[in-house]
Amino acid sequence: MAVIRDPMPAFELFQPTSVADAQALLDRYGAGAWVLAGGLDSFDWLKDRIKRPAALVDLGGVAELKGIRERDGGLEIGAMTTLTEVVHHPIVRERYSILLEAAESAASPQIRNQGTIGGNVSQDTRCWYYRAGWPCYRAGGNICYADTPESINREHAILQADRCVAVSPSDTAPALIALDAQMVIRTSDGDERVVPAQDYFVGPAIDITRMTVLQPGDLLTTIRIPATWAGARFYFEKVRDRQVWDFALVSVASAMVVKGEDNGAIIERIRLVVNGVAARPLRLEAVEALVQGRPRNESTAVIASNRAIEGAQPLRFNAYKLPLMKNLVKRAIRGVEGGTWTS
Amino acid sequence: MSLSRRTFIKGVIAGGAVASSSAYLFRGGGSLLGQTSAPGSVERLITLVVNGQQRRVDALRQETLAMTLRYKLGLTGTKLGCDRAECGACTVLIDDVPHYACSVLTHSVRGRQVRTIEGLASPTGELHPIQRAVVDEQGFQCAFCLPGFVMAATGFLKTNPNPTREELAHGISGNLCRCQDYDKILTALMRGAEYMRGA
Ligand SMILES: Cc1cc2nc3c(=O)[nH]c(=O)nc-3n(C[C@H](O)[C@H](O)[C@H](O)COP(=O)(O)OP(=O)(O)OC[C@H]3O[C@@H](n4cnc5c(N)ncnc54)[C@H](O)[C@@H]3O)c2cc1C
Ligand code: FES
Ligand code: FES
Repeated sequence: MAVIRDPMPAFELFQPTSVADAQALLDRYGAGAWVLAGGLDSFDWLKDRIKRPAALVDLGGVAELKGIRERDGGLEIGAMTTLTEVVHHPIVRERYSILLEAAESAASPQIRNQGTIGGNVSQDTRCWYYRAGWPCYRAGGNICYADTPESINREHAILQADRCVAVSPSDTAPALIALDAQMVIRTSDGDERVVPAQDYFVGPAIDITRMTVLQPGDLLTTIRIPATWAGARFYFEKVRDRQVWDFALVSVASAMVVKGEDNGAIIERIRLVVNGVAARPLRLEAVEALVQGRPRNESTAVIASNRAIEGAQPLRFNAYKLPLMKNLVKRAIRGVEGGTWTS
Repeated sequence: MSLSRRTFIKGVIAGGAVASSSAYLFRGGGSLLGQTSAPGSVERLITLVVNGQQRRVDALRQETLAMTLRYKLGLTGTKLGCDRAECGACTVLIDDVPHYACSVLTHSVRGRQVRTIEGLASPTGELHPIQRAVVDEQGFQCAFCLPGFVMAATGFLKTNPNPTREELAHGISGNLCRCQDYDKILTALMRGAEYMRGA
């Protein structure tokens, strides 16, 4: 598709300074309203004329949604905090370095300077059939263009596909799930709803047209990170084609607490999450249960990696994601040192 | 004729913007069911601070900063490559932080300091240390990507004035060069960092 470089089609623009005013505007415009954070997911939709909202509600002036505060021994991150601010925060660096690594691996420096963490977890999928405006399931139609014998689907799902085979693009999402983060939502009627990060993201079986539990008029206001995994042993790795701009082919995020040293170390508790393989980031609870209480070594890693891909169904061009995911799970369990990459 | 075609066109564009702006003054938020000032509604005639100067412009609500800079303020040093946040050619500083001007609404930068490549040299025309370094090292080929790289490096060096080559490469990794001249560009910008520390 040719890239359109003309100005975007006209829309109304509002720059409210409070959550309440923002929600009043969302309410007034209903289905025609669009929430604007950093805009780095939004502008593509608007420039390509695939989505044509009547009014943009820009959250850039809402001070209460910005910044990082300490809370109950953990952190509270405003949805409008930029990815760069997350990366540079001293407590994130000291206690939750997995979030730093994940945020730093997203997009490019300029995008991280503007893209917000709330936008990062709320962004839409990058399936190009869908982004190009093809009337697929996700767009309200009744076909998946990425899952036909002719489809180019190297980047698509290997797990939990249900009609739609798109994957979640968010790099911060798996790290937030590994940290047991809580997403604080202000619903359109003004109530506060707190959802575990794991349940914030939804797959096509629950709602094929949405990536998250957010309903029209809802705003994500803050992300709370509990003390639970502060200073744990973290592992994050994102495999992508280019080191800048590109979304994850597969990524893994884990938080682990071990008892004992080196070879004798026993996995006491663990969170293990992968992304780039399904429509939502997947917490691998069965694998977590399997490795809990086992030594942190190669044989545990092998058991974990085999269990991790159970039920996977590759498409024509993405079977490589199976060994990739297995190897990343192994690295998350036993570290990079001393382990070999297997195909 | 002493007036170049380019300057002439720029003048016409700027004049047009001023002449037509009054027509929009009374229209702000007009489609809001008769309510002219919903909380957060915006006026089209706004003041920007670009390269230290206050500039009045009539900006469409959907206008990007790159468009305003290039086509309304005549600041064509800011380039448009992809218009999709994928190349870095349009990089400018907003409050000293590098942003893609193709992916920022002009209305979002009201009251903030915008700096473009035209605003780097001193008012007397003395080049910025990074610009001097680029001249000394001949760091670019066609140089379409130059303004973006120089602005990205200027912003990055404010947070890390003494980077390793690797750190600087990471800092300017949001910029592409179609001529693939990365090694020389990096050498020039490392030299620029050195000149800045000496300045
Ligand atoms: C070229 C390019 C490459 C990229 N590469 C990566 C990558 O590798 N990894 C990665 O993780 N991301 C990547 N991104 C995505 C980028 O990081 C996200 O687009 C960005 O973080 C989204 O944040 P934003 O603030 O710009 O969101 P916006 O575009 O403003 O918003 C995104 C969506 O979320 C909604 N939204 C935003 N905030 C809220 C809120 N508080 N409440 C309710 N809804 C909200 C918006 O309505 C919109 O639908 C890339 C983007 C581009 C353009
Ligand atoms: S023109 Fe803005 S990033 Fe390419
Ligand atoms: S020098 Fe030609 S694009 Fe960089």
